Amino acid sequence: MASYDLIVIGGGPAGYVGAIRAAQLGKKVACIENDRAGGTCLNWGCIPTKALIKNADLYLTMRDKAAEFGLSFDNLGYDWSKVIGRSRGVSDKLAGGIEFLFKKNKVDYLRGIGSLAGSSPSGGNKVTVTDAEGKTEAHDAKHVLLATGCKARDLPFLKFDGKRVLNARDAMTLPEQPKEMLIIGAGAIGVEFAYFYNAFGTKVTLVEMMDHLLPVEDTDVSVALEKSFKKQGIHFLLATKTTAAAVTDGGVELTVEPAKGGESVVLKGDVCLVAVGVGAILPGGADKLELTDRGYVKTNDRYQTNLPGVSAAGDLIGPPWLAHVASFEAIHAVESMFDPKHKSKKVDVFPGCTYCHPEVASVGLTERACKEKGIAVKIGKFPFQASGRALASGDPEGFVKLIYGEKYGELLGAHIIGAEATELIAEMGLAITLEATYEELENTIHAHPTLSEAIHEATSDAFGHAIHL
Amino acid sequence: MASYLKMPKLSDTMSEGTLVKWLKKPGDPVAVDEDIAEVETDKATMTMPSFEEGVLHTIYVKEGETVALGAALALILSEGEEPPAEAGKAPGGETTAGSPAPKPEAPAATPAVAVAAASAPASATVAAPASARLKASPLARKIAKEKGVDLARVAGSGPGGRIVKKDVENAPATGGGGGSLGLLPAAAAKPDLSVPLTGMRRVIAARLLESKTTIPHFYLNIEIDTEPLMSLREQVNAASTANGGPKYTVNDFIMRATVLATGSVPEVNGSFQGDSILYHGETHLSVAVAIEDGLVTPVIRSAQSKSIRELAVELKELAVRARDKKLTPNEMTGGTITLSNLGAFGIGHFDAIINPPQAAILAIGTITKQPVVNAQNQIVPGQRMWIGMSCDHRVIDGAVGARFLSELKRFLETPVLLVS
Repeated sequence: MASYDLIVIGGGPAGYVGAIRAAQLGKKVACIENDRAGGTCLNWGCIPTKALIKNADLYLTMRDKAAEFGLSFDNLGYDWSKVIGRSRGVSDKLAGGIEFLFKKNKVDYLRGIGSLAGSSPSGGNKVTVTDAEGKTEAHDAKHVLLATGCKARDLPFLKFDGKRVLNARDAMTLPEQPKEMLIIGAGAIGVEFAYFYNAFGTKVTLVEMMDHLLPVEDTDVSVALEKSFKKQGIHFLLATKTTAAAVTDGGVELTVEPAKGGESVVLKGDVCLVAVGVGAILPGGADKLELTDRGYVKTNDRYQTNLPGVSAAGDLIGPPWLAHVASFEAIHAVESMFDPKHKSKKVDVFPGCTYCHPEVASVGLTERACKEKGIAVKIGKFPFQASGRALASGDPEGFVKLIYGEKYGELLGAHIIGAEATELIAEMGLAITLEATYEELENTIHAHPTLSEAIHEATSDAFGHAIHL
Repeated sequence: MASYLKMPKLSDTMSEGTLVKWLKKPGDPVAVDEDIAEVETDKATMTMPSFEEGVLHTIYVKEGETVALGAALALILSEGEEPPAEAGKAPGGETTAGSPAPKPEAPAATPAVAVAAASAPASATVAAPASARLKASPLARKIAKEKGVDLARVAGSGPGGRIVKKDVENAPATGGGGGSLGLLPAAAAKPDLSVPLTGMRRVIAARLLESKTTIPHFYLNIEIDTEPLMSLREQVNAASTANGGPKYTVNDFIMRATVLATGSVPEVNGSFQGDSILYHGETHLSVAVAIEDGLVTPVIRSAQSKSIRELAVELKELAVRARDKKLTPNEMTGGTITLSNLGAFGIGHFDAIINPPQAAILAIGTITKQPVVNAQNQIVPGQRMWIGMSCDHRVIDGAVGARFLSELKRFLETPVLLVS
């Protein structure tokens, strides 16, 4: 039994960041984690999948591009267990790093399942931790931050079994490479796994209910990605819904039909990855917690829930389910807790990245959204085909598309598909946050030769004076 | 060998300097001409180069401190040299032999022109101070401009009080006169604010106090019929813009008229020197330019040999750099007569304070339409402008000043003389 200024339940990108921020503010803090510090992102999401993607990039470069670069070798091969093993190694290393940060910032790291256990005599909240052996300990907390995250959702007719019906966590640790893989959902997760498995020779079929791959992205970007995936040999069925499934000893069979109705088809695969979305994980004792109609924890502008002294941040308060958004929310939740004058911010502008090849990154409004909102825009586009750096690197796929307000020329949205798109997007986020207009973008010299010149040129193109088009 | 880095004289009116920022720290090697600190003078903030090679050993003046010319700022030792016994403290406020620091009360004894030409260090660069910057996003600035919102009256909600889009969108427009005042929220009582003097404000205070208390000013006024000037200006501008040339302001014509009148009455173009009067061979025209937190007077040199077009172009360029605080000290010194024009603000007439060591300053008022009596004794609509002249009576007597103003009137009322 100890008493804390703050107990954080969950040690992912919201939880560990919130705990450390509170410790920096001089508070006594504990962070409860049942699995591994770092949460989904670091252990079962962003990081290990990026390790796998790098494997795929390298392998494809050697397999398909070596000759173009004048390189030759015999017997290119790979060891599947080492591909998976490298990815796990990266996660292990980073998880250790978080535990070090807890120590450095004097955050008590409590292993076990955290639960809300009513109010404490001192007026705060009681929180219990149940460890792996079932031993339960209670602590007092003036404030509680719920950061328990989300877990993958399955389909009513297709329940996860870890062998044939996979969630992302299963898909990144398969002991053997499947020959044929079905993927339901072409969001970032579905698209990244499709790219990875296809690169290593698995026959991949993606099934997406909406009209495009990465349906939240700008349509031009989705269309370009579809062209590229087709060239890579990835099969996909768009505007297609899955209506039934059967799991057999030999694999999985999906019955799919056009979303608008029509004849159904049966698809077969060794395994099926279900990547249709996530649902909130609630801590124990949360029955009085108010939820949104979609089952996420409801919070106000200061990230407070309906329970006194209990705040929440990260995936469990709803989309976008992104690590960088979760960390941002946790910082604001904690600062709101301890500083009544803190001007809390909800997330509005955030970058979204998908790490297939070509990479996709965006921030701000799509052209579609601008049309729906009735915003008059000027649009500039620059293909990497016209970029010296992209040609020199042998990777000229994709483009930069920038959307500016017509009246004042402020940057409203940036959409990039191509190599390094996920690195290029940072500048665009800064520009939108600072409310930059095309004049600031144009007056910023972009180094030559870099891919970032495409941002400069797309800006000029929007206002009719691109030099290199 | 050990040497002391001293506060240098970076402009000819400088008597002290503020150490804004050290660019080197003790232990850093320094080379000749390498920038070592930023110093704010009465005119601008400049980087100060080292005159010695060696290692910066001790710093005597902290950032933000103001010290007299010649005061030791730091000790520089040669590589490997032992510091002298007294290295811990700065030597007394001695000044560099051969260049005594002039006090602000006493303008340089030599003609200002010569001083300015010789004293500006070639390597000086001028930086704009950042303190007075209004923090607003580029988008907020554009919207404010379009809506006519005065950003100075908008409270920013962004980080550090930065004004962002939604602040401007929610702000009432302030353009278009006093009517909008009613839209402002009831003004909260503002606390008194004590603002330390900037270098520029300090030099304005010292020089104008010196001028108004030691120079026997007297004032003359003359009324100018501006109808011929306005109609000529219209023709000139039409012709000029048709050929892609510049548009001339009324002030451009007044500059040219002032230079020509100074040629006719060269006695006004002098400086009182204690036991002599120096009559300048050339007319270097100072023009007062209001900038964000003060006033500067950039100088158009050898104005007597410049056409109205050259005067106009040069002033425009100087004014832009004045507002950006990019003028070098020698562009602001050495004038022989000053022009101050408040016509744009609707001021009818005013008396200006002489800019020493000059002997005269002209104060230009606004042009107004008014009933006038013409040669046929009829009352007709006309256009008039007042010009005031403040004279140093030690140099200029009443009749001389009057002759000058009547020459000025003649040129302005026969404006074809200004463009021929």
